[in-house]
Amino acid sequence: MEIANQVRAFITENFYLDDSFELKDKSSLLDTGVVDSTGMLELIAHIEGAFDIEIDDDEMIPENLDSIASAADFVKKKLAEKS
Amino acid sequence: MFTRDVLQLDCAQAVEQICKTLEKQVRGTMKKRGAVVGISGGIDSSVVAALCVRALGKKRTYGLFMPERASSGDSLELGRLLATDLGIESQLCDIAPALEGLGCYSALDHAVKSQFPEYSEGYKFKISLPSILEGNRLNVYRLTIESPSGKQQTKRMSLESYLEVVAATNYKQRVRKMTEYFHADRLNFAVAGTPNLLEYDQGFFVKQGDGAADFKPIAHLYKTQVYALAEYLGVPREIRTRPPTTDTYTMAQSQEEFYFALPHDKMDLCLYAHNHGVAASEVAPVLEVTPEQIEIVFADIESKRRFAQYLHMQPLLVG
Repeated sequence: MEIANQVRAFITENFYLDDSFELKDKSSLLDTGVVDSTGMLELIAHIEGAFDIEIDDDEMIPENLDSIASAADFVKKKLAEKS
Repeated sequence: MFTRDVLQLDCAQAVEQICKTLEKQVRGTMKKRGAVVGISGGIDSSVVAALCVRALGKKRTYGLFMPERASSGDSLELGRLLATDLGIESQLCDIAPALEGLGCYSALDHAVKSQFPEYSEGYKFKISLPSILEGNRLNVYRLTIESPSGKQQTKRMSLESYLEVVAATNYKQRVRKMTEYFHADRLNFAVAGTPNLLEYDQGFFVKQGDGAADFKPIAHLYKTQVYALAEYLGVPREIRTRPPTTDTYTMAQSQEEFYFALPHDKMDLCLYAHNHGVAASEVAPVLEVTPEQIEIVFADIESKRRFAQYLHMQPLLVG
């Protein structure tokens, strides 16, 4: 499964999305209220486990993790660094 | 023009208004004979106790000291100093045995050991947030342990250890509140809540713990204003000059390490500015930081406010 789709699948399965709400790839997960700070910890734990990567403290920034698109780009970058 | 003076308070007028309201709420609306105040040795509970004495009288204000294993010794000393100064009846209730029985300390040990297996007797720990002023960081907690020899190690907290530490430490506030209600029930008193505006607005309290109370007489005042009231009410200098602390973890920890982005005097000004639509560029020079950093603090205020919605929520009903 494509990385973005995998992140989306985790989010839609684990967090509540109202039927009328459309989560766009670039929507802020925190600002839209889909994910709170504890939910962000869940997302981080999922990403580290699912893609076998370690996220450093200085990488814990909204630019890397606050949307499906940014999380997917970040994972791609981390996987490229690994290989 | 935005200045620090925006938080200036007419203390005499504020005290008169609070006391009038407090007496009406406690004795009129709630039909209670007095107030129980958990006295921590900090500024907020000291001011609330002093206000209760003014509004209700010495005999209608009952103080409780509720230390546990992680409480610093001077908390009890300062609490006693205040009670003596106010001339109120008070009682020491060590909550450590209750917390031990409930499994609070073993849960904390388990959570810390899951990240640092070497953690054992004699070690201390705390949890903290990275400074958001260094960049727009996500609020991800870090766990620091200190060995008996003083060696410190820090790691990002796993989801499981974070949740277990929060659940266990919340026991402390909830046992305290349960104790306050025991004494309130036996005395036919009401329970005072001690949050200031910064804490109340930003969710710096435990739901059904220190967030629970029958009345909250300083929840409309910025912490800076609480300090001004403390001076006006004659709260002992030792309490007024003590830096705010969470007094919850075995390692010393400031409130800004644990929750707030900035020290309380600066946080107050940011919250005021954000609430009154003052631009970041106007606030920045007063706080001696950059407008970008103020924007980060404004965003953090909104983020914590969203989190606080759940804490403030009453039980939800269907229909």
